[in-house]
Amino acid sequence: MAKLILSMDGLVLKEIALTKERTTIGRKPHNDIQIDNLAVSGEHAVIVTILQDSFLEDLGSTNGTVVNGQPIKKHFLQNSDVVELGKYKLKYVNEAPAGQAKAADFEKTMVLRPGSTKSAAPAPAPAPAAAAPVAVAAGAKNFGDTVAGQSVTAAPVAPSKPAAAPQKNAALQLLSGANAGKELDLTKPLTTLGKPGVQVAVITRRPQGFFITHVEGASFPVVNGKTLDAQAHSLNDHDVIELAGVKMEFFLKT
Amino acid sequence: MTLSGALEVASCTDPGMVRSHNEDSIASDGDQGLVVLADGMGGYNAGEVASGMATTVIITELQQLLQKRVPYEIDAHSGQLVAHQLLHEQIAKANTSIYQAAQSQPQYAGMGTTLVVALFYDNKMTVAHIGDSRLYRLRGDELRQVTKDHSLLQEQIDSGVITPQQARQSQNKNLVTRALGIDPIVEAEIHDYDTQPGDIYLLCSDGLCDMVSDDDIGLALQTLSSNLKLCAQHLVQTANDNGGRDNISVILVRVLRDYPAPRSIVGKMMSWFK
Repeated sequence: MAKLILSMDGLVLKEIALTKERTTIGRKPHNDIQIDNLAVSGEHAVIVTILQDSFLEDLGSTNGTVVNGQPIKKHFLQNSDVVELGKYKLKYVNEAPAGQAKAADFEKTMVLRPGSTKSAAPAPAPAPAAAAPVAVAAGAKNFGDTVAGQSVTAAPVAPSKPAAAPQKNAALQLLSGANAGKELDLTKPLTTLGKPGVQVAVITRRPQGFFITHVEGASFPVVNGKTLDAQAHSLNDHDVIELAGVKMEFFLKT
Repeated sequence: MTLSGALEVASCTDPGMVRSHNEDSIASDGDQGLVVLADGMGGYNAGEVASGMATTVIITELQQLLQKRVPYEIDAHSGQLVAHQLLHEQIAKANTSIYQAAQSQPQYAGMGTTLVVALFYDNKMTVAHIGDSRLYRLRGDELRQVTKDHSLLQEQIDSGVITPQQARQSQNKNLVTRALGIDPIVEAEIHDYDTQPGDIYLLCSDGLCDMVSDDDIGLALQTLSSNLKLCAQHLVQTANDNGGRDNISVILVRVLRDYPAPRSIVGKMMSWFK
């Protein structure tokens, strides 16, 4: 559950859990978070929470709303964002579940049903930011008529990439053939070598290091004089690869 | 009808680095031009049961039905394309089976599954999907997501609440708005697409596309297209290298040649008199 920590001059005043769909912030007493300070407008801002995500919206306040030093109109809150209203600071805390087991549970796919959504994610609200997600719950059924085939990328990137790439860089130097002496940096996750239709191998760049694998052709690549099988083969500094009649040396760069 | 030699199919499924068991399920029949992928959900092993039921019902029933039904014809009674009718009926059947099992056996309560099915015939492909399992197409050097997720995030993107970039930061992942086996009736989203020789189609569970960027998926499909099996294994390995937080399933289909429907004069006459 996300929360806000209200502070002034480094002094924590209180913590507010974001349990409601709309949490209003302002000077007037009917606000969920009342900040009795003249720099704060009567209705200053609102935080709309949809399940685990929260959005901050300025309600046309006189002095504006600032997040991490930037004035905003609407902002998708991220963990440890700091919202400034006059002298007051609101820190947004929304930590992903800590434990490994818990995280796995948390990430399990669940169904959000039109019926059940009403209670889970909340009643209609007048603000434009909130209107859409509610329509979502009700509109889920007829959503199917929308034209598919548009390439909308929803969430392709992993939230945490542990050691996404190996620390070291590596390259190949051609030792024979027409381009002898030339160097080829292995910067991509996949680099193919050889002649399509004749013999192709691929070098994959992984967190554990670099690997060579046979892709196509009757003959397999040769590393340090030994012919490989269909399995991926881990490459070491100064290994010599022979492929489609060309010799090349693999080496790590510093 | 057989498509023997028109399609090359390779697949790979893996529990990933975090989960102890695999709740994904895959099935394919290249000669019939049929591929099915399901990503189950539900406690204990109920997810596996749901996804297993979905793929089994759909592949076995369709294999039988395709012996006598012709997918590119129009059904005389419903006026629907036979391919659509078959998919609608068999998805409904799978839905009922899962729903009833979930209702009658307490250990299966609440189980469900996503689904993506592709049926290839007559230089075309009909795709049916429910939930957030996807189908991508690589044509030339362009990778395109063909299916659109039935998920909270996708709907938020559509309604303009968040941008696709912000969606990557969202903590509301894995919330699907449709699934097989949860309600007595489910509607699959079904569309037709023309295929071309050289196209590569990728069916995958969210364990792949949440862990591997579209760019890296595209690069793998392009680079390793001459060895589909290796390509499928590479995609799973990349998802695992990036953390493998969910089960990962991949089915790859490459269109090797045209496969037009065998439309003879006699056949056409027959269909008129039906």
